[in-house]
Amino acid sequence: MTTRTMPRPATSPERSAPDALVLETGVTAPGRARGFPLRREGPAKLTGAAKYADDLVFPGAWYGVTIRSTEPRARLLAIELDPDVDWSRVVVVTAADIPGENLVSAIKEDQPVLVPVGGEIRHHAEPVALLAAPDRETLRLLRAHIRLVTEALPPVFDPERSDHVFAEYQIGGGDLETGFAVADLILEGEYRVGHQEQLYIENNAMIAVPAEDGGMAVHGSLQCPYYVHKAMMKSLDLNSSQARVIQAETGGGFGGKEEFPSIIAVHASLLAGKCGRPVRMIYDRHEDLVATTKRHPAIIRHRTGVMHDGTLVAQDIEVVMDGGAYCTLTPVVLSRGALHSGGPYRCANVRIRARATRTNTAPNGAFRGFGAPQVEFAMETHLNRIAERLGMSPAEIRRRNAYELDDTTPTGQVLRESVAAQEVLRLAVEASDFERVRASNQAAAALRAWGGAAGVGTASEGQVARLHSGPARTASGIGLALAWHGAGFTGSGEVHIGSVASVELTEEGRVRVLIGSTEMGQGTNTIFPLMVAGELGIVADLVDMAPVDTAFVPDSGPTVASRTAMVVGGLCIEAARRLRAEVEARHDGKPFAEVYLADAVLHGATRIDQRFEPYPGVTFDDATYRGDAYPAFGWAACVVSVEVDLDTAEVSVRDVVAVDDVGRVLHPILCEGQVEGGTLQAIGYATIEEIKLDNGRYLNDRLATYLIPTALDAPRMTTLLVEAPFSGAPHGAKGVGELPMDVGAPAVIAAIHDAVGAWVTELPATPERIFAALDADAGAPDRRIA
Amino acid sequence: MSAIRFLVNGAPAEVDVPGMRRLLDVLREDLGLTGTKEGCGEGECGACSVLLDGDLVDACLVPMCQVDGRIVRTVEGLSVTAREPGGLDVLQEAFLQFGAAQCGICTPGMLMAARAYLDAGGGPDPDAIREGIAGNLCRCTGYQKIVDAIAAVAAGEVA
Repeated sequence: MTTRTMPRPATSPERSAPDALVLETGVTAPGRARGFPLRREGPAKLTGAAKYADDLVFPGAWYGVTIRSTEPRARLLAIELDPDVDWSRVVVVTAADIPGENLVSAIKEDQPVLVPVGGEIRHHAEPVALLAAPDRETLRLLRAHIRLVTEALPPVFDPERSDHVFAEYQIGGGDLETGFAVADLILEGEYRVGHQEQLYIENNAMIAVPAEDGGMAVHGSLQCPYYVHKAMMKSLDLNSSQARVIQAETGGGFGGKEEFPSIIAVHASLLAGKCGRPVRMIYDRHEDLVATTKRHPAIIRHRTGVMHDGTLVAQDIEVVMDGGAYCTLTPVVLSRGALHSGGPYRCANVRIRARATRTNTAPNGAFRGFGAPQVEFAMETHLNRIAERLGMSPAEIRRRNAYELDDTTPTGQVLRESVAAQEVLRLAVEASDFERVRASNQAAAALRAWGGAAGVGTASEGQVARLHSGPARTASGIGLALAWHGAGFTGSGEVHIGSVASVELTEEGRVRVLIGSTEMGQGTNTIFPLMVAGELGIVADLVDMAPVDTAFVPDSGPTVASRTAMVVGGLCIEAARRLRAEVEARHDGKPFAEVYLADAVLHGATRIDQRFEPYPGVTFDDATYRGDAYPAFGWAACVVSVEVDLDTAEVSVRDVVAVDDVGRVLHPILCEGQVEGGTLQAIGYATIEEIKLDNGRYLNDRLATYLIPTALDAPRMTTLLVEAPFSGAPHGAKGVGELPMDVGAPAVIAAIHDAVGAWVTELPATPERIFAALDADAGAPDRRIA
Repeated sequence: MSAIRFLVNGAPAEVDVPGMRRLLDVLREDLGLTGTKEGCGEGECGACSVLLDGDLVDACLVPMCQVDGRIVRTVEGLSVTAREPGGLDVLQEAFLQFGAAQCGICTPGMLMAARAYLDAGGGPDPDAIREGIAGNLCRCTGYQKIVDAIAAVAAGEVA
């Protein structure tokens, strides 16, 4: 790994002193990871001692299950329990049993906890009733004896034919007509993406435990404890202290455990309340695949005006997202999608129209990238097609258009600092030897074409040797993409949420971080002690992380939007600075490290609660969509090398160079881990991850049919990290989680084009779609797969 | 039902369960060895990988009637070769140093696949390592750091 630090802005943040001894790649030191602290909870995870939700034992607990619709849309007329069966040994919960509101809502109040009799079933896996039993066998037998009486209603599956709009935005600046009028070339394109499943390896899981005070505690796999807390208060009619949420070790989230755990927590709690004992709701893979949120399918249309020299002069973009049956977070996903849809490029005349509508499939929701991967696939592929038409290198057209300092985005945001688009592009092109490899691939393609036309033309001995050597019947391709990702929440999100993070010097003389942000593999538990220790001038081992339990930790906002290190980390650094100042002031200004033990003995605990304050100079108008859509952006470039089988059109992704600007690298190994993992999710999105639908039912509803990349499908990855710090955060960090997810898929599609000469415009690029694209592409018959 | 006797991580175990009960459930629920995880229940993800007489198997696909008289090794049994009690063995140490575990849910199964690969004489060649762990899905790491960690152990680079 290489970390490259960009020149800092005038208002550059001071680098906090991390507890690090930086070693070269490949050098190990006992107890350290390349000089940095090892993953905090690593030993527990590596020995099997870490307790995930399904590992927790609650004596006397029953097992719960959800009875779901099997129709995409219907009126629920009755729920019938087979009268020949003994129901006395189990509990059944329906909408009538809900003590509070029958709503589980994120933005709009449209989704019921359970469909009431007389209500409308809106998707195939909609929860209608709940059943709990003392053992799994009873549960399995009895669930088959609950019958739903329904009256079918006509479903809608095409988001463009739906008449129910969840959200709609129009963004733009300049004068579109003038832009198109001056353009030398206008190119149109339509791009489509389908569902993608987060596919955390630990399924959604929640255990509800009734409390003596009439309250309820849930232990579960989740990203956002206070989302679950709010949902429990509302549906179970509990006060703030009666509802308690405790995060178990969480086996991956990627957005799939952002809003969805709320409904499972309420379901488990309803059953636990009725049977008066703990209830385990542990989804199996099939249920997790059919019922939980997916990445929004989308249709994106571009009409772009460009000059002969590659300058973009007009962009007219339409984005349609399929929200599924309920609103969930769709308006926010769409908003991010709309704001990113023009790509990281300067263009004076832009119109972006975006809408998301309701259809009769399970609700779509948060997934790493949050609307940006869909639109950036479209934009990058479209730009590559424009470059091809202009006879320009994909790298060159990006160099000519990528944002630089002081450029203005379509919302009128002036990029005053922390702009690294050109830098990540340059590094990716250099590290991958992009231009030379691309020229070599094109020569090989020309040679294949010559080989196919027997006796025509001339070839050197070397060319003939190459034609007949190497792996037979494959073509190599290299592809490039560039992306931006708005750091943290969109618009005024952070201001509305007003997150709190706390740092405490305990009376035992330890330092403790209290945050509602969760560890789900990304490294929260490891980087927070590092950040706080750096400010206090002590070693990270002296800093503890409080367990994530709403009885103890404040609401630091949801663990989403790559905001934890940037926003909550920033709050913890500010809290640590205040703690240090307060303690040192009590001891004649002596360093914290020398006096904190004495201070704890003399003064007891000192706790600092730090609340989010708006970043200086960052303003956004939610009504007009003008202003600073994000406080800063992260920038990423990705170069992918593929081999395409010329007989079967199967794609193997061989090598990736990923270059990501994250503002500040807090822990290089964890940061690389985010880039590598996000890149492979993007490659899966581009190549194999697909959900086919039959009357609104997912056909790929098991892990045998919904495929994700294995180690054999994964490329060799080289990660380069760039630091262009954001001055609004005390440490300069901009987040890393989502950035790599935005850029991988279009790079794969570009590489496939480089190999076989066809533009695939719908993800994933299955062999069938590649063949179809070749058939449609009459313009390049010389590069056809035989 | 009849008693099924086997060795788990070197210790004798005896369970009186239906012959078709899954080894995974016996490990997790009857013996309390929850280090072995369930990810799909149909042999696709490898999260429940254990060693049965040294061979890598998915514990969700193994009925107990096939376990009688055999030797089972789980993630809890890896650290018996650690230098200190309760410490990490060389493979676990490499995973920790290289950042090969993120969310950790695939990690126990991945470690068992890596152990089987190394015990079979596997070397540091990345392609061979990828083949060896191809039955174990990880959604966090992109596999790069897992491959690097196993290669480092195979090459004797981790003490």
